[in-house]
Amino acid sequence: MIDPIEPPRRKNPLLRTRLPTAPPRARSRTSHGFTRAAAEGRFMLQRCEGCGTFTYPAREACPSCLSSALAFVDAPARGLLLAETTARVPSDVYFRERAPWRVGLVEMDCGPTIVAHLHADCIEGAAVRMSFQLDKSGQAVAFARPEGETPDMADDRQWREMTADPKFRRVLVTNGRSAIGREAALALKAAGTKMVFVGIAEPWRPFAGEELLRRQDGIELVTLDAADEKSVGDLAADIGGKVDILVNTTEYVRPGGLLDRKGTSIARDEIDQAYLGFINLAQAFGPIMRMRGADGINNSVAWVNILSVHALANWPAFGAYSASQAACLSLSHCLRAELRPGGIKLMNVFTGPVDTEWFQTVPPPKVAPRAVAQAVVAGLRGGLEEMYVGDVAEEIRQRLAANPKALERELDR
Amino acid sequence: MTNSLRVPYDGIVMAAPVTIPYVRYSIESAQWWIGRALRSLVTESGIKVSDIDGLCVSSFTMGTDSGIGLTQHFGLCVRWLDTIPLGGASAIAALRKAARAVQARDADIVACIAGDTNHVDSFRLTLENFSRFNQDAVYPYGAGGANSSFALIARNYMRSFGVTREDVGRIAVAQRANALRNPHALMKTPLSIEQYLAARPISDPIHLFDCVMPCAGAEALLVMREDTAASLRLPAARLLSTIERHNAFADDPMQVRGGWAMDVGELYAMAGVKPDDLNIVQTYDDYPVISMMQFEDLGFCGKGEGAEFVRQHDLTIDGDLPHNTSGGQLSVGQAGAAGAYLGLVEGLRQVLGVAGPTQVRDASLGLASGFGMINYDRGLASGAAIFAGPSR
Repeated sequence: MIDPIEPPRRKNPLLRTRLPTAPPRARSRTSHGFTRAAAEGRFMLQRCEGCGTFTYPAREACPSCLSSALAFVDAPARGLLLAETTARVPSDVYFRERAPWRVGLVEMDCGPTIVAHLHADCIEGAAVRMSFQLDKSGQAVAFARPEGETPDMADDRQWREMTADPKFRRVLVTNGRSAIGREAALALKAAGTKMVFVGIAEPWRPFAGEELLRRQDGIELVTLDAADEKSVGDLAADIGGKVDILVNTTEYVRPGGLLDRKGTSIARDEIDQAYLGFINLAQAFGPIMRMRGADGINNSVAWVNILSVHALANWPAFGAYSASQAACLSLSHCLRAELRPGGIKLMNVFTGPVDTEWFQTVPPPKVAPRAVAQAVVAGLRGGLEEMYVGDVAEEIRQRLAANPKALERELDR
Repeated sequence: MTNSLRVPYDGIVMAAPVTIPYVRYSIESAQWWIGRALRSLVTESGIKVSDIDGLCVSSFTMGTDSGIGLTQHFGLCVRWLDTIPLGGASAIAALRKAARAVQARDADIVACIAGDTNHVDSFRLTLENFSRFNQDAVYPYGAGGANSSFALIARNYMRSFGVTREDVGRIAVAQRANALRNPHALMKTPLSIEQYLAARPISDPIHLFDCVMPCAGAEALLVMREDTAASLRLPAARLLSTIERHNAFADDPMQVRGGWAMDVGELYAMAGVKPDDLNIVQTYDDYPVISMMQFEDLGFCGKGEGAEFVRQHDLTIDGDLPHNTSGGQLSVGQAGAAGAYLGLVEGLRQVLGVAGPTQVRDASLGLASGFGMINYDRGLASGAAIFAGPSR
């Protein structure tokens, strides 16, 4: 049994803010197979294509038959906790600050034994379910949880280090005018956040769902136009130190590619809103978030971007929009690297066409804004880095992995 | 495939046991410590540096150096050279290789040396950069180092065989009693079983007095043929048998036995002795529970009987089974790879009758073992040697 975490008290402004430290980061190249698994919330192990043996840690040859065909595949996640220990005097600063720290050795049903971080409710000799999580260095680590649900499970202190659970945290949703922004604010509120700030550009202009947002305790509308550097700076000066999770819902969707448009004015708007807006937000909120990565129960933990899955593969019908999203995707990798010293996760949520006005002519399936919002909450709770929401996004992920050229030709329709 | 019959070590000896007294921290380099050990080998044995035609070194803290860099560094011109990175199994492995080299006359006198420095951050850096599996799949988990890895092994072993902390503590307490007679031991105060039990936990069930103290130091000895030793008038101990094994019992889900258990029959058969015949035993004591495991795997008792064995025997210098007579790494300190040599060099002193304050009366037949490289979840390397002094 674990004690549920207490709501954080108001921060004492006289106390020094504890600076983030990070767990050991070095990994072999092959070991990043687990990083990929953790980023997507999958449990994968290497399995020999020659003899079927599952192995761990990451290897270059199968210890049973010496085959080098060791593919990372989805693997059964159940195992047995053989032995545990509690490290009380770790040699590394990150763990020293967090000691006592519990780890154990788990024998997986599929064969290998794995050294893993332990959820407090794991019992020696009992079954556990294993997952790979991203730690504060952004690296994959094995984490064992009890097989079933236990009370206040997500409040486990070691688990919370691996996730970005919205509980008791303060969130900024950057654009409440969009359906996704509105749904995200409501979903995050329901997920136990302490406060959701919702950015609204030109607040004198009414928007759909405004009353719904204004009615809620724990949701506060703030003036924010991501494309306007001053607007972003003003808001950061006001609430920057209180943003534990930033959900970038800034969007600017227009159809068209290159030849059917004249000039660059629409493209410029797309870049202004999506790409430069992202830069404005990152520069205003990123540094303080990075500094507050170890700031108590409601430390700063995550940055979320909602991106079109066509950031990964251009969709000519929305070709210029796809390119603006690709630019944001590339920049997100830069921001991820720059936020990493703070232990801040950067999660990209990829969606297919959303069921909104700007995709009116696009045939189904389309993604409901609420589904995107729920994915954001689930991804934060699971500590993920990549999410694909809806059938179109998932299909493009798979087709891209299978044959990018086929995908390119077939998106041209 | 069965192992083919091994060639006996006829006429192969060890001589000139050297210990450079340990210090907790040193501002010197590993090369400095190894250099001092080399010099002591020369002064101890009365040979010229140029007589050394083989060199075998082990160290965790030499940086980018290996044995080859040391030849130029120390002005050695050798015709046989090895660098052995096997941690706690380095000494036995070095002895085995050196013995065969002099037996085959690839070399006449091999200096086997291990030395490490201990700067304030060397231990942490060694932990961080220990091995690929360790880097990928152990160190990021609480960074407890070897303490946490051995804690898992100890916990499973103790639970499986009903071993208590008090059982394990007997080994540590006896070694401290031995260490009080060794002026070079870093631990200088008595340790009672009550103090052992009351120590603070480090990584449960490993507590403070289960852990070695990292330090700086060096150990060394010479390996040669009996005729060489005789011509130099060097007192020497004959090597009777050795074993070495890596990654044994890979299918055991957790380590409850080391590689010794695979080869122990051969160890005694080759030497023509039984465990009972041994006058002194020097096990590899990175943790006392690992010494207990060695009593089982080296044939002193059956698997699971280690605790009872320890209860039945007095492991001090004056006891019925003198064990880790210098105080072992637990009480002398662990000078990196030199920890592998601590038992072998002390054992050599014992059977030569030159151990001074820790001398066991009439010790003539000794065993030293090594254990090393907890690469992932278990110690991979193990080895042992039996040797006899001139009186036997």
